[in-house]
Amino acid sequence: MSIQSGTDGDVPRGAELGAPAQTPPSPDKGMFGVKGTGDVSGFGRLVRPKPAAFGSPRPYGEYFDDVYDALEEAYPAIAEAIEKVVVDRAELTLHVRPEHIAEVCQVMRDDASLRFELCSSVDGVDYLGSDERRFHVAYQLTSMTYRRRVRLEVAVADGVTVPSVTRVYPTADWQEREIYDMFGVVFAGHPNLTRILMPDDWEGHPQRKDYPLGGVPVEYKGAEIPPPDQRRVYQ
Amino acid sequence: MTTSEYATERETTEGRVFTVTGGDWDSITSSVDPLSNEKIVVNMGPQHPSTHGVLRLVLELEGETVTEVRPVIGYLHTGIEKNLEYRNWTQGVTFVTRMDYLANMSNETAYCLAVEKLLGVTDQITERTNTIRVLFMELQRIASHLVWLATTGMELGAISMMLYGFREREYILDIFEETSGLRMNNGYIRPGGLAQDLPESAVRKIRDFLKYLPKKLKEYEAMLSGQIIWQQRTQGVAVLDVTGCLALGITGPVLRSAGLPWDLRKTMPYCGYETYEFDVPTATTADVWGRYLVRMAEIRESLKIVEQALDRLKPGPIWIDDKKIAWPAQLAIGTDGLGNSLEHVAKIMGQSMESLIHHFKLVTEGFRVPPGQVYVGIEHPRGELGVHAVSDGGTHPYRVHYREPSFVNLQAIPAMAEGALLADVIAGGASLDPVMGGCDR
Repeated sequence: MSIQSGTDGDVPRGAELGAPAQTPPSPDKGMFGVKGTGDVSGFGRLVRPKPAAFGSPRPYGEYFDDVYDALEEAYPAIAEAIEKVVVDRAELTLHVRPEHIAEVCQVMRDDASLRFELCSSVDGVDYLGSDERRFHVAYQLTSMTYRRRVRLEVAVADGVTVPSVTRVYPTADWQEREIYDMFGVVFAGHPNLTRILMPDDWEGHPQRKDYPLGGVPVEYKGAEIPPPDQRRVYQ
Repeated sequence: MTTSEYATERETTEGRVFTVTGGDWDSITSSVDPLSNEKIVVNMGPQHPSTHGVLRLVLELEGETVTEVRPVIGYLHTGIEKNLEYRNWTQGVTFVTRMDYLANMSNETAYCLAVEKLLGVTDQITERTNTIRVLFMELQRIASHLVWLATTGMELGAISMMLYGFREREYILDIFEETSGLRMNNGYIRPGGLAQDLPESAVRKIRDFLKYLPKKLKEYEAMLSGQIIWQQRTQGVAVLDVTGCLALGITGPVLRSAGLPWDLRKTMPYCGYETYEFDVPTATTADVWGRYLVRMAEIRESLKIVEQALDRLKPGPIWIDDKKIAWPAQLAIGTDGLGNSLEHVAKIMGQSMESLIHHFKLVTEGFRVPPGQVYVGIEHPRGELGVHAVSDGGTHPYRVHYREPSFVNLQAIPAMAEGALLADVIAGGASLDPVMGGCDR
């Protein structure tokens, strides 16, 4: 098994690394000022390969084939819009190219054999270190008619906009604002893209992986406990 | 020009600004010229007793009619989701339980279901654990609905209802305390099992409560349902139909009050809900009155589930068999509070080095979760509570996002309140039952 690099040829960047992407290298946190892995057993060079999430082959199982076929029928541009399909832990994820997300949502909502009436959740994930398309936005759609769930996922680089789905799912309004607030992903066509949880004049986007947790050391019974992001971590 | 010690006024470039701190509405209305047809912008909150915590509503009024509402949230944002990324998977429970502080057990269960789904051990959870989880989630639903009844009663003028609601809720918190040691923020439901077993004394308390509450519910309905003020403050107020609910993502009692029997316990069951007998109450009025009826009926349905859960409770293990996930020690209450049981300490310190290593590794480092992402939705007292959990294969969550029903449901306030009277903003907002700790996370 080889992990494809994100830069070659026709493979869309960021798409070959699904959830989860490569983690950022954690800073050295050795107990005794050790640099590197701190491993003295001699096995330190054994690297656990990150299992990249490749597209799943047909058949997908459960209702997933039906959903894909119905979408293919209702949306002819599917080959262009869908980067890959991942079936994992009995959940279907359709990785959609960002520029098509609003159209795909529209079809998912309106087509009689899909009927994803409810957009349950929209949230962001920062896969820092995966490739330049580090920000993923995941849309959890629910079909009340067929009792099905599907996740749509888009990946964008920093500074690239994602079309807003608020015209299709008005409920995404606040959730897209939260993603903008927390990750700095800009949603084009959103009616009022302002910060929602952080103060208006806040600098930075707190849920980004390169944004520190912060905190102050706390004294407890004479001992000083460092803030959570500076404590010893067993990874 | 009138000024009282409560309402001060000053001239600004954008018009006259009043700062209102008490019941001095008269001094404002008397100083605004009734013929000037001016719009008034009222900033309600964030510290206002009837905005359910630190919610701020910017209201634009024409007379007493609301023409525009803008909810402002974020005053209780505590960065719980970010904090989770710096703790191991088990420690996460103590964080998520503090989000929606009226539904701790639901928050914990949703998180644990997500972690277990990531681990692929959902069907290894023991029957006793699933039963206790259902039991506590339903007790939690009753407690949450009682607080809703209490606070909404207070906001609409039935002050005594507040005392009664909180009094009854305390019985449930007693049961939680008997079991987990804490009234709220229990940290009781853990990935793979429960912190401790359900003691016999708690079972007795639950049985007593099952006898006690139905009588009280009748009293409350006798007090409220026939009350003309209660009826007029709730009927036909803050109407939101099914189309509006779905567009805005509103779930839970608000959606069911519009007539759609969508309840994840029935439609996408978890924790074995498909094996319990209960109904999904609905109303058709889509107003505050309907939401009141739905919640009262839901308390009764939850009582039915609690009773069934108690009946099927059999002795058995509460942790899954997998020793790489299950908590290594049996916890026990000692003289200095909750801790590892003395037998376990004697074993790891005196007899088995391997047990000590195992214990140490599992407690400090935690278990690893295979990489991937899942989304789990459960029926929270306020609607669909969704957990989107992402793992990178490590001992810490890579990302956990809570789809909080309070957060999503609050978007409905403008749709409910615009065009209605100022007083109906309170009724409509209360009927959504927002909990700001959950909303802002």
